[in-house]
Amino acid sequence: MTERESGNRALTAVRDRPLLVVFAAIVLVLTLDLLRRLLTGAVGTHDLATYLWNGAVLGLSIGLAGMGLAMTYSILSFANFAHGDLVTSGAVAGWIAAFLVAGWGDFAAEALVHLGGPFPLNTNTLGISVTSTPVAIVVGLVVAAVATAVLAVVVDRVVYKPMRDQSGISLLIASVGVALAIRYLLVFTFQAGRRGLTAGQQTPSFSVPIGGGTISVNAHQLTLVVVAALLMLGTHLVLRHTKLGTAMRAMADNENLARVTGIPTERVVLTTWLLGGALTGAAGYLIALERGTLTMDFGWLLLLLIFAAVILGGIGSVYGAMVGGIVIGVSSRLSLVWLPESFIVVAAFLVMIAMLLVRPSGLMGGVRTA
Amino acid sequence: MSSETAGGTDGRNDAVLLLGVALGLYALFTVVSVLLGYDLNGIVNTLRRITFLSAIYAILVLALNLQWGYAGLFNIGVAGFMAVGVYTMAMLSTSPTSTFPGLGLPLPIGILGGVLAAALLGVIAALPALRLRGDYLAIVTLAFAEIIRRTYRSPVLEEFSIAGLDLGTGGSRGMSLPENPIRIIFYQTPGDPASDPSALGAAIFDFSSGLGVQPSVVVGWVYAIVLLVGVAGVYWLLMRVGFSPFGRVLKAIREDEVVARALGKDTRWFKIKTFALGCALMGFGGILWRLTGGYVATSMFEPIYTFYIFVALIIGGAGSNTGSVIGGAVFASLLFQGPNFVKRLVTEYVAVGSPPNTLFDAIGALGGLDVTPLVAYTLSDVNVAALRLVLLGVVLVYLIQNRPEGLLGHRKEVASPIDLGERDRQEGQS
Repeated sequence: MTERESGNRALTAVRDRPLLVVFAAIVLVLTLDLLRRLLTGAVGTHDLATYLWNGAVLGLSIGLAGMGLAMTYSILSFANFAHGDLVTSGAVAGWIAAFLVAGWGDFAAEALVHLGGPFPLNTNTLGISVTSTPVAIVVGLVVAAVATAVLAVVVDRVVYKPMRDQSGISLLIASVGVALAIRYLLVFTFQAGRRGLTAGQQTPSFSVPIGGGTISVNAHQLTLVVVAALLMLGTHLVLRHTKLGTAMRAMADNENLARVTGIPTERVVLTTWLLGGALTGAAGYLIALERGTLTMDFGWLLLLLIFAAVILGGIGSVYGAMVGGIVIGVSSRLSLVWLPESFIVVAAFLVMIAMLLVRPSGLMGGVRTA
Repeated sequence: MSSETAGGTDGRNDAVLLLGVALGLYALFTVVSVLLGYDLNGIVNTLRRITFLSAIYAILVLALNLQWGYAGLFNIGVAGFMAVGVYTMAMLSTSPTSTFPGLGLPLPIGILGGVLAAALLGVIAALPALRLRGDYLAIVTLAFAEIIRRTYRSPVLEEFSIAGLDLGTGGSRGMSLPENPIRIIFYQTPGDPASDPSALGAAIFDFSSGLGVQPSVVVGWVYAIVLLVGVAGVYWLLMRVGFSPFGRVLKAIREDEVVARALGKDTRWFKIKTFALGCALMGFGGILWRLTGGYVATSMFEPIYTFYIFVALIIGGAGSNTGSVIGGAVFASLLFQGPNFVKRLVTEYVAVGSPPNTLFDAIGALGGLDVTPLVAYTLSDVNVAALRLVLLGVVLVYLIQNRPEGLLGHRKEVASPIDLGERDRQEGQS
């Protein structure tokens, strides 16, 4: 290849994809600036490590919550705006179970069912943490997964099933209605207000020395990271190595073709909701564990970030959701190098919009439910 | 419904329909106010509030109808564009001496600036709209609205100065707005809440207080009437747009964009222009909404407000301007205000006592066949607010499942200037 040919090719690339070139330039400038700041000491390695660790934890939360969304998005082809409220429902159901297991006999059942709420309930006396009450934590995780799977299937039967032949936008609008109904039924039943969940002081945490400072890593963050990795591996095995997984991928590619080849599409849809719902409930429960608090709208507030992750990874790609989550989490925390703290979420949304402009098919573009 | 109304060409029928809905709602709320034992001032004030909210929603729904109903652009960032309109107006026209200063320019300049800023942001948001499919566009516009809201909320913009000019958004605390322009008619110094009425104001207030109606209600009613004129103006504008060649291209884009392009229309330009015009009207609606309040905060532009407008549009039927106005009025008075009035009516006539601590206590009382604790729990202020949103969700799901074309049935204006359905039928007969 001559020099002239390669020069021409670069020119063609600039002409065909001007946006891509612009964004690549922005990313390059930011990377160089970050290196400069690291070298001049304007940003310490310790600061950078903190951003990266916090970003990774946030990213894994988002990615975990995004796996269920990616599944239903690829099978049913609509953006489920009720997904955030499935996250909340899972967290509420799971934490009620965990509270009941941990506090049965010592506290009024009513207070435990409301997670405190209108009742005085000291979470430090209740003392829930991964190390001190492992049984309660595991029971809660299972209940969260089961309850959310059931809720997801019920919602599908009542709302989405009669609308199977309608457009993605109609389903999207219906899901907004579902989101409102679920969220405010939770508020009506358990009342609004922030709930403390874990015993802050009793949660073991480690200090990792890095670059002249320490990053604190606590047991609940580690739990989230480990369980997220396990769930992702499990999802991978199901999708890759079971008949169900093959059927799901076939449906995601072409639903009509899947049906004529004898795949029972309705049953696959049902299983997708069960699986996706369970993952979503578990995600909500773990996110609440890591944060140590819960509000009835935390899933809704997380929803746009989850969408950002799923779109970034390529709709329908379960790994993509995970990768997208980490990109969103890390880039939003890393934005603190340049931007004030109030712009963390803004930075994440900007990354998503930029991504949609440059590569609408996502990072793992073309890969679907695999 | 006859094909003529389906085509939206029967203006007289639409006018009767609008008048009928207005009279129906006024009659309903007059009866409710009388049942609640309100005096004349209370009744007039209730009707003022219904008129105000209906008019604001009608304007916003009309704007959304232009984007979604005509061009099929699924914008769920309405609240963000409203915020841009209101905040730009505020920063241009709020007095430089207030806690969070503005530039103190005359209000018309502020309103014009706000509308133009919303339009400009609409153009910026329309750039992704050109290349994205519907659900992506929805997510992007929602993200866009959240970026706007969080930026106005940021402590960085609470107070800042550019080129020696002090400005501020008030961050999470919100900022004050210029005074209600209607007060100029009634007061000598409109900016002062304790100002003496002007000569005209004094005469009108004398008359109204003779009937027992307070000055603030009179001022509010005049503002509501100005809003109704605004609704008529926006309606007229969108009818002109809708039946122009431009509007027919928009409807063609909605039906099948590839066909529109094949006919040589540069659909990208049409989309950008539509988005900009719709967003400008959203900014305008936002400004009219907040001007009476005298205060603006970022919590007024949370995504839920966009969904309110969507529900209203779906009630009226996307694609019809008359439907949009009716949808706005029905939503604002029945779904938005209705639950509160139901609560007041029930508590007026039934002694429900104080609500139990939790829903579980209320349900426990059902065992003793006592429903009053459950009613009392349901009717507490926070729970009425929560159930109103549950109702909204259920209505949304019901409508989209059973009546996606809106309460009035098929009113979507067809893309062609003549009614093709008519010809089909004639051919079928021959």
